[in-house]
Amino acid sequence: MNLLVGALAMGLLLSLATLGVFVGFRVLRLIDLTADGAFGIGAAVAATALVGGASPIAATLVGAAVGALAGLATGLLHTRFGIDALLAGILTSTALYSVMLSVMGGGELSIVTRETVFSGAERAWYRADGGDITVFGTTVAGASLASLALLLLIVPAVALGVAWFFRTHLGLALRAAGDNPRMARAQAVDIGWMTVLGVGLANGLVGFSGALFSQYQGFANVQMALGTFVTAVGCLVLGEALFGRERLGSELAGAIVGTLLFRLLVAAALRAGLDPNTLKMATAVFVVVILVAQNRVRRTLARPRGATGGAG
Amino acid sequence: MGPSAIEIRGVSHTFGRGGPNEVTALDGVDLTLEAAAFVVVFGPNGSGKSTLLSAVAGDFVPDRGSIRVGGIDVTHRPVHDRARTIGRVSQEPSFGTAPRLTVAENLALAGQRAAPRRGLRAALSARTRRQLADRVAELRMGLEDRLDTPMAQLSGGQRQALALLMATLVRPEVLLLDEHMAALDPRSAEQVLRLTREMIERDRLTVLMVSHSMPQVVRLGDRAVMMHRGRIVQDFSGARKRRLRVEELLDCFEAVRNADLLDDAAAAMLARAYV
Repeated sequence: MNLLVGALAMGLLLSLATLGVFVGFRVLRLIDLTADGAFGIGAAVAATALVGGASPIAATLVGAAVGALAGLATGLLHTRFGIDALLAGILTSTALYSVMLSVMGGGELSIVTRETVFSGAERAWYRADGGDITVFGTTVAGASLASLALLLLIVPAVALGVAWFFRTHLGLALRAAGDNPRMARAQAVDIGWMTVLGVGLANGLVGFSGALFSQYQGFANVQMALGTFVTAVGCLVLGEALFGRERLGSELAGAIVGTLLFRLLVAAALRAGLDPNTLKMATAVFVVVILVAQNRVRRTLARPRGATGGAG
Repeated sequence: MGPSAIEIRGVSHTFGRGGPNEVTALDGVDLTLEAAAFVVVFGPNGSGKSTLLSAVAGDFVPDRGSIRVGGIDVTHRPVHDRARTIGRVSQEPSFGTAPRLTVAENLALAGQRAAPRRGLRAALSARTRRQLADRVAELRMGLEDRLDTPMAQLSGGQRQALALLMATLVRPEVLLLDEHMAALDPRSAEQVLRLTREMIERDRLTVLMVSHSMPQVVRLGDRAVMMHRGRIVQDFSGARKRRLRVEELLDCFEAVRNADLLDDAAAAMLARAYV
């Protein structure tokens, strides 16, 4: 039960990164590897700020803001200087590795003893007379429940915020810029500015996720962000398989549920005895399997329409 | 008398300059459209008629010459900037609409074309939706009941009719139509043609249209110009345009074809003689 609650909490906080990757990968249709750097720098900056005595909320927001700045850098490299988006993201992430090391003053920074948003939630939980809860004979620590409750407030709020934004005039222009740049331009949308804005927003979400992640784990290190983009794409595709891609709302819900499901699968695999060192490999294989399966299904579904086959 | 709606002055452009596929697409084009003028451009393939529209829309900056829209020099302005005063419909329905956005979302986007900036207000308030539904109902295609349908699910004709509505939803200074009925089946083409005429007449739009349908060149507009090798070679306006018949257009094509043959024959002769 503790494992389940932990996996759900982890899934929720990582779903913010998935939402960010959704903005770049699905809305703008860019392969933006800034995500790896933005997650790491969000985590590193938040941890460093906490060590420096910042309030947990301020530390989290600064982490998100620095992630957004990383996105802006990538967006400007891509739109103003014409560097391929994929390469621009890798450049930013590479540079951020050094930034992380110098910000943290080393490869790892522990914040176990520091006040975090989660320790704050825990105190509020006990103050409100919430204690440990026993479900099916196992006891779940109040601390875990408090973290989960906090994330259950944050994540839906952020998702609703993203949904609201995409339905404003500005958000609509951003979606159109990704969906049909030619048409968007003809409707007076500045594609360059939309790309910078979108990549900034995307990585702000990823940085936010990283900032929460380091507080949840109790440390930040330079390696933990590796594979953020790939994992998020896996979660995204998993969610899309369940919720479809027809509606914006279902896409956002899919991103969250996909991440939760993914984390549950990871927890189950670890519990079944998967060596934690092989987790990245397992993740990559898992994403490949989902993508291949998705392509197979799509092809099967497409066949009856293209009756003669071949030409399609 | 205000400024002309479009003023194209000495515009020349060569694509792939110095390369093996160097093409002089525009060669000193002068064309002025007064407000509410409706000019149809025709000519053989590769004559530069679509390139002329692209130049006005801003797809490239011409090597020489200047372009003014509504009295403002736009020669060096990017597409999205000019789009505030220019409506454009291309041949392919897929160019004019965003497939994954709904009908209402596409229209809401078009409704902000002239806005100085797109802000954080809800794009589809109940009031906006009603207004958009009214405009869509004017198309008489029943699409007002499908405002929440993703654009990709509509037919080419439906998408093109909506693209036309999007181009004119905010009254443009100039409407550019680039063979916008050529990719449609005859029935849809007829429908879009009807809508095009209705909108142009009702809003008294200034139109620059490219067509390679001779009957359209004859029936539409108050002026027809023929392009050939990047130049305007014929200009029918006033009574000459009203009297214009398809046979006369075919004669024009025959004339430029003969001139081409002569050119080629002359070139071959010169080549034989001197190379």
